[in-house]
Amino acid sequence: MSDASLAPAASPRARRSLMETDAHTAKRNAAEKRFRLYGVAAICAGLFFLVVLLTSILGNGLSAFQQTFITTQVFLDPAKLDKAGNRDPDDIRKVSTFGYTPLIQNAVFEEVTSRNIETPLDSAKDMKALISASAAAQVRDFVIANPDRIGETVEFRILAASRVDGYLKDRVFREDVARDKNIDAEHLDLTDALVSAGVIAKQFNTSFIFGSDASESRAESAGLGVSMLGSFFMMLVVLVLALPIGVAASIYLEEFAPQNRFTDLIEVNISNLAAVPSIVFGILGLAVFIQFAHLPQSAPIVGGLVLTLMTLPTIIISTRASLKSVPPSIRDAALGVGASKMQAVFHHVLPLAMPGILTGTIIGLAQALGETAPLLLIGMVGYIATNYPDGFVSGFMDPNSAMPAQIYEWAKRADPAYYERAWGGIIILLVFLLTMNLIAILLRRRFERRW
Amino acid sequence: MPVFWLSLLIVAVAAVGFVLARGRALAAVDGDRRHLHSLPNYYGWNAALKVLTPAFALLFVWLIVQPIWMNTQIAGALPDTAVSEDSTLALVMSDVRRVADGLDLAVAQGIISETNAAAIEAGATDVRGVLAQAGVALGSDVDPTVLAAAQSYRSLSGVGDAAMTVAVLLLALAGMGWALRQTTAEFRARNVVEQGVRAMLLFAASIAILTTVGIVFSLIFNTVEFFRIYPASDFFGSLTWSPSFGGGSELGIWPLLWGTLYISLIALLVAVPIGLFAAIYLSEYAGSKVRAFAKPTLELLAGIPTIVYGLFALLTVGPLLLSAFGRDGLNWMQAGTAVMTAGLVMGIMLIPFVSSLSDDIINAVPQAMRDGSYGLGATQSETIRQVVIPAALPGIVGAILLAASRAIGETMIVVLGAGAAARLSLNPFEAMTTVTAKIVSQLTGDADFASPEALVAFALGMTLFIITLGLNVLALSIVRKYREQYE
Amino acid sequence: MYDAPLTRREAAVDDVKISARDVQVFYGDNHAIKDVDVDIQDKTVTAFIGPSGCGKSTFLRCLNRMNDTIDICRVEGRITIDGDDIYDKRVDPVQLRAKVGMVFQKPNPFPKSIYDNVAYGPKIHGMAKNKAELDEIVERALRRGAIWDEVKDRLHAPGTGLSGGQQQRLCIARAVATEPEVLLMDEPCSALDPIATAQVEELIDELRQTYSVVIVTHSMQQAARVSQKTAFFHLGHLVEFGETGQIFTNPEDKRTESYITGRIG
Repeated sequence: MSDASLAPAASPRARRSLMETDAHTAKRNAAEKRFRLYGVAAICAGLFFLVVLLTSILGNGLSAFQQTFITTQVFLDPAKLDKAGNRDPDDIRKVSTFGYTPLIQNAVFEEVTSRNIETPLDSAKDMKALISASAAAQVRDFVIANPDRIGETVEFRILAASRVDGYLKDRVFREDVARDKNIDAEHLDLTDALVSAGVIAKQFNTSFIFGSDASESRAESAGLGVSMLGSFFMMLVVLVLALPIGVAASIYLEEFAPQNRFTDLIEVNISNLAAVPSIVFGILGLAVFIQFAHLPQSAPIVGGLVLTLMTLPTIIISTRASLKSVPPSIRDAALGVGASKMQAVFHHVLPLAMPGILTGTIIGLAQALGETAPLLLIGMVGYIATNYPDGFVSGFMDPNSAMPAQIYEWAKRADPAYYERAWGGIIILLVFLLTMNLIAILLRRRFERRW
Repeated sequence: MPVFWLSLLIVAVAAVGFVLARGRALAAVDGDRRHLHSLPNYYGWNAALKVLTPAFALLFVWLIVQPIWMNTQIAGALPDTAVSEDSTLALVMSDVRRVADGLDLAVAQGIISETNAAAIEAGATDVRGVLAQAGVALGSDVDPTVLAAAQSYRSLSGVGDAAMTVAVLLLALAGMGWALRQTTAEFRARNVVEQGVRAMLLFAASIAILTTVGIVFSLIFNTVEFFRIYPASDFFGSLTWSPSFGGGSELGIWPLLWGTLYISLIALLVAVPIGLFAAIYLSEYAGSKVRAFAKPTLELLAGIPTIVYGLFALLTVGPLLLSAFGRDGLNWMQAGTAVMTAGLVMGIMLIPFVSSLSDDIINAVPQAMRDGSYGLGATQSETIRQVVIPAALPGIVGAILLAASRAIGETMIVVLGAGAAARLSLNPFEAMTTVTAKIVSQLTGDADFASPEALVAFALGMTLFIITLGLNVLALSIVRKYREQYE
Repeated sequence: MYDAPLTRREAAVDDVKISARDVQVFYGDNHAIKDVDVDIQDKTVTAFIGPSGCGKSTFLRCLNRMNDTIDICRVEGRITIDGDDIYDKRVDPVQLRAKVGMVFQKPNPFPKSIYDNVAYGPKIHGMAKNKAELDEIVERALRRGAIWDEVKDRLHAPGTGLSGGQQQRLCIARAVATEPEVLLMDEPCSALDPIATAQVEELIDELRQTYSVVIVTHSMQQAARVSQKTAFFHLGHLVEFGETGQIFTNPEDKRTESYITGRIG
């Protein structure tokens, strides 16, 4: 049946020693090296992008955790702050921040004159450019809280103006100030002098982490604290809704679902929802929760609901994987002693799958925490998050922002001082994500079970 | 918050039902639980479920239906003159609701008494002042018809709320009674409860379908509304996108689609070669140590939120490109935000997506294929290029389609990095805009929600949804077929 | 050929093609092959037999350095082909494998056409100057693989669409297309039915006229049917090596005897 008679042609390469590489093989090996190099180059490119990304985050953002402060002795002049002289809190409240501004300017001017610093700026009013507009509110709040200190000279650590802060952080340069109506070169000279005198200094900026957002013109006092709370309440909604619903859905699909069209429909829906663009979920939230159900705009509860729907597929997919990894012998054992299917699942399979489920849930939460696009549509951007929620319920129902939405808001503002804030906000956001992922990894390591 | 208290009350009834039914079951067998069909707790759960499920279902339906019913009632009662030329019924109704809510608040804070709130007239009392005191700011003085409507709205909703409370509580009690009647020693409580739990599991699984239905409906209704006031032929036929909020906008989708596809193309040109070669290197060449380091490190890129990439595009890559291609360099680029900026950054974002999907797919190619090739004296790269990649090709195509769908639906990077101008141009250094970016800008502006300029966002969303859905379905089916081939 | 008495079957040619001295193979800490010395002759079928896990496949894969693709595998000792040490630094495994072809346990045609499967080797080794020459090589290989008549009308159909036995003969054709001098076969019939097995065995006997064939098999009957020389492996040791007839009728070692009589295996 075969043609053994068809002898092999005399090969030109036959009986050549293996020790010498022929030209053709050399060429092939060169191609091999090149190909391998492409692979290395691709990996290096990926890592290079990661390094560039991280350095630009850290390089631009770390400075947000430092803020320039002016330490000064403010004389709380009773003639200005409490004209009636009876220390009545209601009367003191009537004095607006405009009443406090001159006191602070005087105080800073006093620091200048007492140190004999030479400057062409010869009036207290000229100090205005150095001082943040929010300093007056800070002093006023102190006085309202401590009316008995009126008349004393109290040391305050007040925020320096954004431009001064920028000058110390190499964001504002001398060449630029000529076109800047907020600050002059003389102010920068004075700043230099005050820095060497120790009056102006950069310090750790807790209010960036815990503080509230500020208006467009006061970048120096903007913080992420309130929107962090907004994110927190959203994550609470996601956790409380997505975890039980996701687990219940996975149990149904993995353990009970019959093989029929309806089950197929659910499965197809889940895998497609996992790939629907997040902005579409934003449209859903806008149309269903706000337009139709009249839930309050910008509220964390709406954001939480939208993110719940977005996170569900992730949680369902990972939960099903961990249910699947519990071997059928466990189910058989439980059924064998007369447990119902429901009891077998809830008493045995679910507890064994729990670490995997929690890992998946944490990763889903981390994903939801960083999501921005749907929040744009339900109005969590553009809202200036200046007030902490009054309580638990208002935490859900009152308008608020969220961390990524706040970062986006800052990135859109015109003042470059806000860019630094946006990068800094990203550092905080990434710290949260990193922590969550680490917890997930540890959980997996700690409880991973090989059957 | 009456709904909250009502819910709490239902839960309390359920708890009582649980205790009573459990006790009744035990009493039926004189405390000897061996004679019961099920464990005593199952009788309790049976009662609890029969209280909770119907009561909450009714509550839910009532909460949805009542506002709709009230809207039609009030709107029907409004005189035609209430709707002036420059406003719509919807606007007037939202005024009515606002005034009604304001009055509720004012009563709650004790600013006016309940009887006063029902009786005040627009002329006699400063309604606007009262409401402002309660924290509700109105744009103008309250129209008498609106005030009257608001007052009837309040009384109607009062009646409705009372009816709801009574109906829901009655249903809860009826459920409890039913469960108690059922509770005998022979009653198969466990089976009934398990049926109930199973139904709840099924409901949880169906939420995926409900979500899809919700997405489709919210897109369809508003898209239909949009096409009613703006011709579909212009939307799909016009090559210009120039919304003007005063009216007379041209809302052609093509410039947006072009921007979307162009940016996605650049992103794929970056992500596919890098991601694919990285996957090949990691799965075929890298030692276990390199793999253990490089794979999770690359995947870090996937865990970074898109807002970070957006900022990276706007503040780092944009200026960087501008310094090379801008006025100081080649002078191709006018501003940092451009197709190139967004495409490049989106490509970086997609690298781990492409590489981990391809990695899985390349690993699924059986080792026997590689052995066969090595056994013939092929080098590793020849094996990869001529055996592994052709074998994995369908899966890789699927992965690329999934990446493309990601790129098309990506929002934050293009909102921050691509610019806002809608134009049909071939220059990748020009600013362009995308479907997603315009959805955001049309819905976050100050446009009236009923205007075509705002509603067009839903038509854009619909287009986006259909395109990505098509890509996903196609990609997933290709990948599934591929996997079946080697299983 | 099957009716020739076992004892009278002898190797056709007596020159040594492959020689192994003191070969050790380690998988990580596991010492898989211990002190193996063997001479494999040209134009002979040599069978490696032994219980599963005895190291016969591992040793086979050392002969064309297929173990290089496994990271944790380490080979010591000296293996020469025509006097050249194949583990010498100067030896390119790619060239070695062109000279020492291999057929695997499970038929593994590439997901390409039948033609492309066979043409793959000649193409990468640059053996054909033009399309006509390549066509000729493919046809010759398919004829030598005893499958030409079955596939000549559908050369461009996918190779994966053939039956198991046809796939294995296609793989053999693919291996001979690169004109190797030695052909290694790792249990080539274990995935085949008896009829396909008989076809492949017949083919092996024909291939002997041109090549040195080394075949690993767990079937003693197969070893007896196709080979002239037999090596018995047990727990990583080469226990006995000699004329097939002698091994099967008059083994020297107790362990060989136990295996052949079915007491270990």
